Amino acid sequence: MTRIPLRPLARILGAREAGENPDLIEQENIRQRHEVMRDKARDMAEGRLLVLALVFLTGFVMIGARMTTLAVSEPSEPRAAASASRIVGQRADIVDREGRVLATNFDTHSLYAHPRDLIDPAGSVAALLGIFPDLDGDQLLKDLTGKRKFVWVKRRISPEQKQAVHDIGDPGLLFGPREMRLYPNGPLAAHILGGASYGKEGVHSAEVIGVAGVEKHFDDWLRDPANDGAPLALSIDLSVQAASERVLNGGMKLFNAKGAASVLMDVHTGEVISLVSLPDFDPNERPRPLTAEHKGDQSDSPLFNRAVQGVYELGSAFKIFTAAQAMELGLVNADTQVNTQGPLRWGRFKIGEFQGKNYGPTLSVSKIIEKSSNIGTARLAQQIGNTRQKEFMDALGFLTPTTLEVSEAKTGRPLFPSNWSELSAMTISYGHGISTSPLHLAAGYASLLNGGFKVEPTLLKQRGPRMGARIVSSDVSASARQMLRGVVTEGTASFGDVKGYAVGGKTGTADKPRTNGGGYYDDRTITTFASVFPAHSPRYVLVVTFDEAVETSGTEPRRSAGWTAVPVAAELIRRVAPLLGLRPTIEPADPQGIVLTSSD
Amino acid sequence: MRALLVMSLGAIVIALAVWAYAENYRTQASIDRVERLHRDIAAAQARMAVLKAEWAYLNRPDRLLDLAELNFLTLELLPLAPEQFGMIEQIPYPRPERLLVTDPIELMAPSETGEGEYP
Repeated sequence: MTRIPLRPLARILGAREAGENPDLIEQENIRQRHEVMRDKARDMAEGRLLVLALVFLTGFVMIGARMTTLAVSEPSEPRAAASASRIVGQRADIVDREGRVLATNFDTHSLYAHPRDLIDPAGSVAALLGIFPDLDGDQLLKDLTGKRKFVWVKRRISPEQKQAVHDIGDPGLLFGPREMRLYPNGPLAAHILGGASYGKEGVHSAEVIGVAGVEKHFDDWLRDPANDGAPLALSIDLSVQAASERVLNGGMKLFNAKGAASVLMDVHTGEVISLVSLPDFDPNERPRPLTAEHKGDQSDSPLFNRAVQGVYELGSAFKIFTAAQAMELGLVNADTQVNTQGPLRWGRFKIGEFQGKNYGPTLSVSKIIEKSSNIGTARLAQQIGNTRQKEFMDALGFLTPTTLEVSEAKTGRPLFPSNWSELSAMTISYGHGISTSPLHLAAGYASLLNGGFKVEPTLLKQRGPRMGARIVSSDVSASARQMLRGVVTEGTASFGDVKGYAVGGKTGTADKPRTNGGGYYDDRTITTFASVFPAHSPRYVLVVTFDEAVETSGTEPRRSAGWTAVPVAAELIRRVAPLLGLRPTIEPADPQGIVLTSSD
Repeated sequence: MRALLVMSLGAIVIALAVWAYAENYRTQASIDRVERLHRDIAAAQARMAVLKAEWAYLNRPDRLLDLAELNFLTLELLPLAPEQFGMIEQIPYPRPERLLVTDPIELMAPSETGEGEYP
């Protein structure tokens, strides 16, 4: 930049000669110089403003961009915090009341193929057939050489099989992780647990869903990650269940029975300690339900839970309810004499005793139960009346399906006459004309004998007694227990006595109704023994039922409960009571001169 | 003075920057370690689940019963019976401990032949 002098000599001299004021030139130059300086300063200021604006703009853009990313991104926790919380994706375990595993999960693999990546389909299929002999080789070869891009080979393989497939070395054979439900105890408690199978299947995982029993009833709970892996604790006792199944199986073989069921229940909490239905199955390999082509009765399938789903006429075991209701209503007491002169005629219907026996003109209520008199019970029912009897049966839960926590419970719907006539009342009083499951009977016995409070059967471990509404007074409950004890010490269930456990119970023998309708078989029976032990301070109720049991040691086959269900129940109590921690006790003697007693 | 202040401030800033840098990397390392531990825990839990299942499988009542029957000669195991419950009264008091005899007295009964020594 050339600096212009303020007073250029040439122009000053020229101005002087022309007589002009040379100061004007100087002022002009100063003005020009100032203008230049002003322009420069303005440029600088503008530049600064621009830089400042850029800085601010960048700042705002950055903040805006950050806000936008925050607004559009998924909210997520900070990394350290996110990794601290563990999500349990597995189905929860099922354990018994002592925490022993009944059902758990096992990681296995599934095998699938990408046919496009297969190098030697024919060789691979041959090798696979060597590992899995049950595969359909021709079909598999067709699938693997066809146009399909994805083929399932095997849904579930063991680690050994996986290694063997790995050794084939074909890159088209691939493995996916697959969770498997494992029942380590095999067929033990099969009907309670039910079983599981796969729901939606993907390559990397498959949904395990319950298909029956507890697995189905608690499916949502078992799959809920919010439980954080807490197991489902059942009321079942594994060792008691195992002993029950073994004893019952022995009895079933001995008496050549078609099926058997037993329910062991805590009288105060309603907890089902063991529940057996034979024949049973292995839930790890759950058999398919019978289809129409089998033409079989569903109740012949091992999947059928006789204790919960099977409704049978359980016979004389119901008599105690009639006696208890008559006492509760104040119609009779244990020593009231009742007319038992037979046969009892009602219209064209005739009620007689078992095997045409005759128990004389009168019997006390205790003796009616002890000897199992149909006529005496029917007379009591006449006094009670059909409406009150139906109400009592309803209160005990005999008219609705049980609320046991297995998916099959709602199918165990009791059968009873829609028109509860006086004749129905008389037959129902001794257990005919009403069909219930053994579980119903166990719950009814527990409610009647625990002091008179209603209990609902449950499969979940309870913390304390769960007593519902009062059914009968504690006095009635106590005398009902005494009557049942009398049945064992002097009556029809004499094989049922177990030293130290004061078993009380009632037998029931009912002829099976013909399947084609019309009448009953005379050589097929349902035999039942419903018992409570110890009778003087009740802890457990046990119901044992056999389907078509026959005892053949005598000269002619015996089909009554006293010869089949009772000895098995006694053996069961002998085996199971010590496992439950019940110490044998000496029964208190009959109270002498005491008018009123109460057990609780 | 002013220069000293600026320099010390600069030093502090540099030191803080170094500290923050190191802290950042230590945090990252810790997070990595936590994740690794979580993976290890998950693996251990998976292994434990397998072991639990195996334990339950090996302890299934059917198998134990078979084993008890197989080894009956050595173990003599039978199902629990009501008779096996005992009462506390059935347990005898411990016998008093025998005192140590330091100077025994020799006693010998006379034999049938009449011989014998009397102390």
